Amino acid sequence: MTTTTAASAEPGERTVRKSSPGAARGPRRTGRIKRIGLPYLLLLPALVLELLVHLVPMVIGIVMSFKELTQFYIRDWGTAPWAGFDNYSVSVHFDEPVGEALLHSFFVTIGFTLLSVGLCWLIGTAAAIYMQDNFVGRGVLRALFLVPYALPVYAAVITWVFMFQHDNGLVNHVLHDQLGITDKPSFWLIGDNSFYALLTVSVWKGWPFAFLIVMAGLQNIPGELYEAAALDGAGLWQQLRRITLPSLRPVNQVLVLVLFLWTFNDFNTPFVLFGKTAPESADLISVHIYQASFVTWNFGTGSAMSVLLLLFLLVVTGVYLLLTSRGRKTADV
Amino acid sequence: MSSTSTTPRSPMAPPRSFLWSRRIFLTALTGFVLVPVYVMVSSSLKPLADVSGKFRWIPSGLTLRPYVDIWSTVPLAKYFVNSLIVAGAATACSVVIAVFSAYAVSRYNFRGKRVFTVTVLSTQMFPGILFLLPLFLIYVNIGNATGIALFGSRGGLILTYLTFSLPFSIWMLIGYFDSVPRDLDEAALVDGCGPLGALFRVVVPAAIPGIVAVAVYAFMTAWGEVLFASVMTNDATRTLAVGLQGYSTLNDVYWNQIMAASLVVSVPVVAGFLLLQRYLVAGLTAGAVK
Amino acid sequence: MNPGAVIAPSGKGTEAAMRRIRAAAAGAVTITLLTAATACGGGSSDGGSNASPKTLTYWASNQGASIEIDKKTLAPELAKFEKQTGIKVKLEVVPWSDLLNRILTATTSGQGPDVLNIGNTWSASLQATGALLPWDAKNFDKIGGKDRFVDSALGSTGAEGKDPAAVPLYSMAYALYYNKQMFADAGIKNPPATWDELIADGKKISKNGKWGLGAEGSNASENIHHAFVFAKQHGADFFTADGKADFTNDGVVAAVKQYVDLMAKDKIIAPGNAEYAQNQSVSDFAKGKNAMLLWQSAAANLKSQGMADDAYGIAPVPVQSGTPGTGTNVNSMVAGINLAVFKNTKNLDGATKFVKFMTSDAEQKILNGAYTSIPPVKTAQTDTAFNSPSNAVLKDTLAKSAAALPQVADESQFETAVGTAIKGLFADAAGGRAVTTASVKAALEKAQQQMPKK
Repeated sequence: MTTTTAASAEPGERTVRKSSPGAARGPRRTGRIKRIGLPYLLLLPALVLELLVHLVPMVIGIVMSFKELTQFYIRDWGTAPWAGFDNYSVSVHFDEPVGEALLHSFFVTIGFTLLSVGLCWLIGTAAAIYMQDNFVGRGVLRALFLVPYALPVYAAVITWVFMFQHDNGLVNHVLHDQLGITDKPSFWLIGDNSFYALLTVSVWKGWPFAFLIVMAGLQNIPGELYEAAALDGAGLWQQLRRITLPSLRPVNQVLVLVLFLWTFNDFNTPFVLFGKTAPESADLISVHIYQASFVTWNFGTGSAMSVLLLLFLLVVTGVYLLLTSRGRKTADV
Repeated sequence: MSSTSTTPRSPMAPPRSFLWSRRIFLTALTGFVLVPVYVMVSSSLKPLADVSGKFRWIPSGLTLRPYVDIWSTVPLAKYFVNSLIVAGAATACSVVIAVFSAYAVSRYNFRGKRVFTVTVLSTQMFPGILFLLPLFLIYVNIGNATGIALFGSRGGLILTYLTFSLPFSIWMLIGYFDSVPRDLDEAALVDGCGPLGALFRVVVPAAIPGIVAVAVYAFMTAWGEVLFASVMTNDATRTLAVGLQGYSTLNDVYWNQIMAASLVVSVPVVAGFLLLQRYLVAGLTAGAVK
Repeated sequence: MNPGAVIAPSGKGTEAAMRRIRAAAAGAVTITLLTAATACGGGSSDGGSNASPKTLTYWASNQGASIEIDKKTLAPELAKFEKQTGIKVKLEVVPWSDLLNRILTATTSGQGPDVLNIGNTWSASLQATGALLPWDAKNFDKIGGKDRFVDSALGSTGAEGKDPAAVPLYSMAYALYYNKQMFADAGIKNPPATWDELIADGKKISKNGKWGLGAEGSNASENIHHAFVFAKQHGADFFTADGKADFTNDGVVAAVKQYVDLMAKDKIIAPGNAEYAQNQSVSDFAKGKNAMLLWQSAAANLKSQGMADDAYGIAPVPVQSGTPGTGTNVNSMVAGINLAVFKNTKNLDGATKFVKFMTSDAEQKILNGAYTSIPPVKTAQTDTAFNSPSNAVLKDTLAKSAAALPQVADESQFETAVGTAIKGLFADAAGGRAVTTASVKAALEKAQQQMPKK
């Protein structure tokens, strides 16, 4: 019964509702007009709000990207001259500084996002699997592990800033003074190490979410599967490979995508960690665009960069959903 | 909390190697999670000279002074109330709207459904920076046209934040509602409930865990946001995420007060979060698994 | 088949029609909002009005130790103003981190305060947006005339040849603060007057965890202020006479290198200072970690950190040789805060009255006294309260050897681009990477290319 949806649906649709047997059976006894009107009525608030806060601003943003919107014109946008594709060509001329910086920032962001999502997923999954069986203190640990997710972003990140300080921070105190791993204190908030600082904070804040979702996913795996596998003589590792991971597949599909999008667009963490201009090695694209538009007052170029980013994410998401869903179908068979 | 559910992995006891690796892994992870928390707590109890000097594991002296000072350095109580109102209202609205939308998508077939769900998904990809300025313009123009002050007010912020969390909330709830057996609402319909009656009497109660999960997520999204809050609020409506920055003044960075204030505002949130944890764990599954 | 298909019989035709209608509706909404956005994207009416004569909104910058202290400082003054004029002033002290963004969004939307403080270096940039009321002769007459203000302060109120975009409110200048005890311990008698002397003194002090000089390596504005003065001393400018960015001329490169070399080569600035951006170097100075500090109006700040007034001395910022003066002997930027009126104000008369009030002799004395800055109003400056030795240095610098930062529309971009480049150079120096003429030039080259093309 899932065939119709699965075969014809667009990628997005499929994730949202892979299969819902009888989804549309709906209430049959109400009048027909009501039946047609009601769903739209129910969607109306969400639709209006999304239009107002996301879609219309985005359309305006796209219009902005074709304008020369510098400080001379921001007071009255109507007077800003059309720039054609100038803002785009500035952004994608990768041998010129602006384009080069954008490309650099893009690669930094990709690297950062892949590492962060990978680590979050790995730590979260490992913790969830290790904590699948009951043991003394499991409840306490589970509560503890959720604390980073529950702390307000600013509080969490500023604590890490405190720890990463060069002269007085805990990290250098431990690495340099106590363990003697480095021969002199390192910089974490400027220079090349700032990438690892950002990654650490991001993973610290992000893994509990993965943990939570995977932990929840594990609870849906029927115990009989394990019993049957054990009777077949499958060891722990084989059970993990044959039962646990395949069963987590649908959970992971959503989890990884969501983590990817959030991490890729994350602004709060680098902004609190580094301020308005991030060090080159940790120059995430969100802060980069912020700097390109708000700090240098060139909203046209900033918007063009945002639109390019949006296009990239659309493609990535589309391909991702296509690949994972196809994989899933074959796995189901 | 721990005993909510247990899926026995296998009837036999796990091998020693597994137990050992578990011990090592979980100990290391606990350290990773706890160190910053310890730093927060211990720093909040140190005098300023201590926190602006070299880090030390054991405080040289303990003081509660920062917990007294935080209220006068920055109008913390006001910011806290603002944040609570903004995040609370955004959460409430977001959940209600998401419930309606998810119900429509889950229970009805109608034209434009696919367009709707795809659009909802794609809003997760917009970089926030892209629409900060246009949104500001729209709010101002709505204000000029209708007299509803959105910009600078809590209302504008609530509206913004609720749409931030709306897409993922709808997405999760669709999955969740799908897992509620349809026989249940049909029975309710037979009993004479309208579709909305069925939603509120049957589907919503059955989906409480999912709704709690969505609420927690929506709350945390609004609670921590920095960028929009820094531009869209003024003295009277400033939220915590921005207001906490007031502890790094022109003179000095009051690290001990930052930590104390962060703890004071976090404790209620963390506590609430942990109380809801049980629902959350059960809730996120169904939403994601579908 | 999906049983759900029962809902509404559907033909391809109706479906397409519905889709068209939907698209049209969405389009209509979008276009309406768009027109609204572009049409009203900032009131383009010139001049402002007097629609609400009884209230004013005032955005003050954070001048005192904290925002709460500023509110307490300003409240009694605003009460006086209300008593005099019957106009209630709604005060908001905006943190520096948000001030420019707030002004920017206010400019874009036309929804802003009536009167606001701006950093005087932003004057030309904000002037270019057209959001601020120009102070022509007529407007100046309403507040007592242009002659009341000190020339150097007026030099930082907008582009040359245009009516000022703002009126000077507080003036400040850089000075060299030095720790008397640490100087005595190192056997140094007089504060350094040239950079060579400063480096020599710094080297005597920089040992055992103490350092000669403090710096804010990650603070773009601080970096710019110092680089600007060094450039002046090398006879160079960051902009050509016709306002084009020129960051890579030899003088500028040498200037930036000389500044960064204080850490990289001379090693009289602690490497840790490379990540300072929140005035930690002032705290370090107050705690006796650094013997010297180049700062503007640090007195109130140092006092609040428990450093006694007689524990430190104040001297002019060093020059390359000779004594401070004009040309290559400039030793400070003209620092300060200007007061501007937002063009869209609904209380133009009230706003003008408020500017007059804030620049009156009496208020100038009170406020500049509270913030330990120098009044840019001549008659207030001569008051005995501003004759202390420390103020004498600042006043002297402002009068004789301070120069205004480039008054060009791109000033704000310049601060960001070059300030960030210098931040990167400090990071290199701190991380032990070589800072060479070539690397400085490369960093500045990159900064220059980020500037708007004209």
